[in-house]
Amino acid sequence: MTTTAPEAGRSPAPERPRRPGRRPLTLRRRESRAGLALVTPTLLVVVAVIGIPIVWTVVLAFQRVRLATLRKTGLFGELTLDNIDRVLHTPGFADTLWTTVLYSVGGTAGSIVVGLAAALAVRGPFRGRTLVRASMLLPYVAPVVAMTFVWQVMLDPQLGIVNDWGKRFLGWDQPVPFLSQESTALWTVIAFEAWRYFPFAFLFLLARLQAVPGELEEAARVDGATPTQRFRHILLPQLMPVIALIGVLRFIMTFNKFDDVYLLTGGAAGTEVVSVRVYQFLTARTDIGAAAAQAVVLAVVLLVFVAIYLRFFGARREA
Amino acid sequence: MDRDRIETVSLRWLRRLVIAGFLVVTLLPFWYMLVLSVRPIERLLLEPGSLWVPFGELTVATYAEVLKSVSDGGQGFLTFIRNSGLVALAATALTLVIAIPGAYAVSRLRFFGRRQVSALFLAVYLFPSIVIAIPLFVVFTRAGLRGSLTGLVLVYISQTLPVSVYMLKNYFETIPISLEESAAIDGAGRLGIIRRVSLPLAAPSVMAVALYDFMIAWNEYLFALLFLVDRPDRWTVSLGLSLLADGVEVPKTVLMAGSVILTLPIVVLFFAGERLLTEGLTSGAEKG
Repeated sequence: MTTTAPEAGRSPAPERPRRPGRRPLTLRRRESRAGLALVTPTLLVVVAVIGIPIVWTVVLAFQRVRLATLRKTGLFGELTLDNIDRVLHTPGFADTLWTTVLYSVGGTAGSIVVGLAAALAVRGPFRGRTLVRASMLLPYVAPVVAMTFVWQVMLDPQLGIVNDWGKRFLGWDQPVPFLSQESTALWTVIAFEAWRYFPFAFLFLLARLQAVPGELEEAARVDGATPTQRFRHILLPQLMPVIALIGVLRFIMTFNKFDDVYLLTGGAAGTEVVSVRVYQFLTARTDIGAAAAQAVVLAVVLLVFVAIYLRFFGARREA
Repeated sequence: MDRDRIETVSLRWLRRLVIAGFLVVTLLPFWYMLVLSVRPIERLLLEPGSLWVPFGELTVATYAEVLKSVSDGGQGFLTFIRNSGLVALAATALTLVIAIPGAYAVSRLRFFGRRQVSALFLAVYLFPSIVIAIPLFVVFTRAGLRGSLTGLVLVYISQTLPVSVYMLKNYFETIPISLEESAAIDGAGRLGIIRRVSLPLAAPSVMAVALYDFMIAWNEYLFALLFLVDRPDRWTVSLGLSLLADGVEVPKTVLMAGSVILTLPIVVLFFAGERLLTEGLTSGAEKG
């Protein structure tokens, strides 16, 4: 690797005899070498376990590969557009993509709105605040398998508490199979998403709220602004950049999400998101080419969304 | 009463209500899990809406069943705990060994490509893991690494590295550079400076990163599912619980005991290191 250190051009004087390799390195170059040496293990792992697989997925997306024929196919086997073509025209793929978008938008918006409400409520000091704040982070840190399992049991038509209470206190005639009927499954999954990830928004919004200078609100209060007006015109504008950032991050993460949907419904009842579909192709059908093609479509769609968003967001910032 | 007064008073009450509501909504599932794990399944079927354990119903037979090995008629969670613990500890230790020098370099040293490293990490962090999973599944199948815990550790290291480096880097940047310079004048080499000066000062941040890495590795599901599903003796707690929950043979109360076993270490670790963790993750966020 060539170094761009500016010293390379300045040293040494022309008449001095050159003794390659013996000249002591400048501090700057030593620093550069040390930096590269220290960061190399990190880069190696990231490139080997993440970088190469990403490139490989793209290659696989253009090959005809099944798990059974894997040994025969090399890395640079015959390339074909079949997979992409097949995937785009398979019935169900468009639905899956649409479900993924709904799920991502719903989950993102839900978690931000709930997180904002939580952050505003916990903003001022009160007794036991630290404990309350820590408890509110629990859904986010607890293992996803345990949380989905508890939700499944709570929502179970036979032995779940929700249906029992619904029948006893809300007068439901029939138990509602929340996770297995089309009309409720996607909403339930979105609600789970909002429940599990609101702490993420809460944490960052609270940190930002704490940094809003007190004088601003004080001044507005002296001018006669009521609490809701102060929120609307003082706090919200201050929070907007953070909300926008959380929005992108959560959208991306929800769009890629596999665990939550797979564990809650297995992709049944109209909740099949792209990640779950890719997994089904990979394991149940062992159609690696098609799985890779769908994963690539997922990544591309995501990139397009983020690019559009950044464009709007970037433009607003300049104004 | 003017509008300001009305709003102030009603918002004060609304706020208390909202806090109470949030506590119920976040804690109820955990409480429900705990209650179900100590009730016999017959009682649960008769009385599914109960949120406490009636006197005399309390049982720990569920825990005994879930922990006992399969050959003794249990569900073998002790083995799962051992697997999860081994994988999570190994992943945490190795991530720290790799991330500390990396984070130090990114925060302190000027080298070719330094700025790109951070961008690369953000991209990696946000990339769909299912995309990475496909070739890894293929490679591991081919290399016979499927069913090996070593492969899983490798994947977990790569998954936790970006955030680990980011958190450590932020902390290293707050350490005054003059401390390192005086150590350098006293004749310490680069590694000596990291080991004797920066690392002791960054101890809280290292703890936070260790906690984060451990929790991610302990909770992880997708890669464990892809690599270990055919090998019940290698299942992690997460994987074991989800696969047993798919069937109908194991009573829900026994599985609830399993979820408590899965969740408890994380909750304990989280409350022990809550301040460290939240500060580590949000540092820099308040700047906007």
